[in-house]
Amino acid sequence: MRMVDVADVTRNIKEMCIEANHFLAEDMDEAMKHASQDEKAPLGRQILCQLQDNLKIAGEDMIPICQDTGMAVIFMEIGQDVHFTGGSLEEAVNEGVRQGYVEGYLRKSVVGDPLIRENTKDNTPAVIHYEMVVGDSVKITVAPKGFGSENMSRVFMLKPADGIEGVKNAILTAVKDAGPNACPPMVVGVGIGGTFEKCALMAKKALTRPVNEHSEIPYVKELEEELLLKINETGIGPGGLGGTTTALAVNINTYPTHIAGLPVAVNICCHVNRHAVRSL
Amino acid sequence: MERHIQAPINKEEAAALRAGDYVYISGTIYTARDAAHKRMYETLAHGGALPLEMENNVIYYMGPSPAREGRPIGSAGPTTASRMDKYAPDLLDLGLIGMIGKGKRSQAVKEAIVRNGAVYFAAVGGAGALLSKSITKSEVIAYDDLGTEAIRKLEVKDFPVIVVIDSEGTDLYETVMAE
Repeated sequence: MRMVDVADVTRNIKEMCIEANHFLAEDMDEAMKHASQDEKAPLGRQILCQLQDNLKIAGEDMIPICQDTGMAVIFMEIGQDVHFTGGSLEEAVNEGVRQGYVEGYLRKSVVGDPLIRENTKDNTPAVIHYEMVVGDSVKITVAPKGFGSENMSRVFMLKPADGIEGVKNAILTAVKDAGPNACPPMVVGVGIGGTFEKCALMAKKALTRPVNEHSEIPYVKELEEELLLKINETGIGPGGLGGTTTALAVNINTYPTHIAGLPVAVNICCHVNRHAVRSL
Repeated sequence: MERHIQAPINKEEAAALRAGDYVYISGTIYTARDAAHKRMYETLAHGGALPLEMENNVIYYMGPSPAREGRPIGSAGPTTASRMDKYAPDLLDLGLIGMIGKGKRSQAVKEAIVRNGAVYFAAVGGAGALLSKSITKSEVIAYDDLGTEAIRKLEVKDFPVIVVIDSEGTDLYETVMAE
């Protein structure tokens, strides 16, 4: 049994909220650099170069990369040999978000009720996903999610007969419908299988996988590569103003499913695909 | 082509802009996004007066992050314009000449743009740090209680945008996809 003080969780989450909103993770930073060099359309290249300038200014002047500093989505992978001390873990996570957003000059974008819509003024509550794993460490992923792209995300409850072609069509449909609204170049997170909620969660988690890493399942890796090519052939381009860079990566996660179903979730993220990861 | 224009924008200047033009805006523009639009819409429905004149003005669909000390504003990029589609035609009919946002607009908005000789600009989505450098002054003029969604009066200098829908209804997003 290992003791972990929840105050450490708070402190780390606070720092990670600020870090993720000002600095892209290395994988995204590299992908954006390459895109600005590889884009074929002149206007597309100009936009990608502006996004390079934007990242530089964000880091140097500590101005958030995007004004939509997101709703804080937090994945907690907790070793089953960990015992938390010092108070409620959930409150500690939210306290980290509160401190990060208030002290880090991040935008407060959360309303306390979806219909009454009063701003909570500290960006809480976070959306927290807990997962129990073996071991005695705690892995925290902070992924602030902007809603321009979140709004363009979809769940498709396909039939088994739709097969892999149905899956491809669903993903391409979501990307084409998103077009300029999702701030391309985008990252496309996909969940295939499971149940209604499981596939959506897999799609969200797929966005936190580094964009330069593929699925370990050979056919899924091929699917990721094929879809990335197809998406980049749509011509949507940077900012939706035409070009060869519409997506930086397609990350797909799969899970066993029911004999009657083929759920597919497509979670779209803009080029500000933020994820900070730390292990305690 | 590349153009430099002054906001507020008069009808003749707006009519000269073409989809695809790269435009640098200087002068005064106003911010409003979801909650401010809803409130303005309800104000109009009850016969009330809007907190800003629409005639020849430009609305930027934007809610900034908080400014650090000594700076006029925080990160300040565009939000998705389609969420304002329900409200935009009424404001265009009152004389609103320009909107800055990102993403597609509805047919009703396009028709109101053509009917009124207005223009829809896109700023680069997700470039909030860069775009904040073109904003020299920011002042909340209405709906302070809405926080980031309050209406702000901005002074801008060479604020970079692209004409997406011009006063003749040509839509750059559609023309690039057709190509």
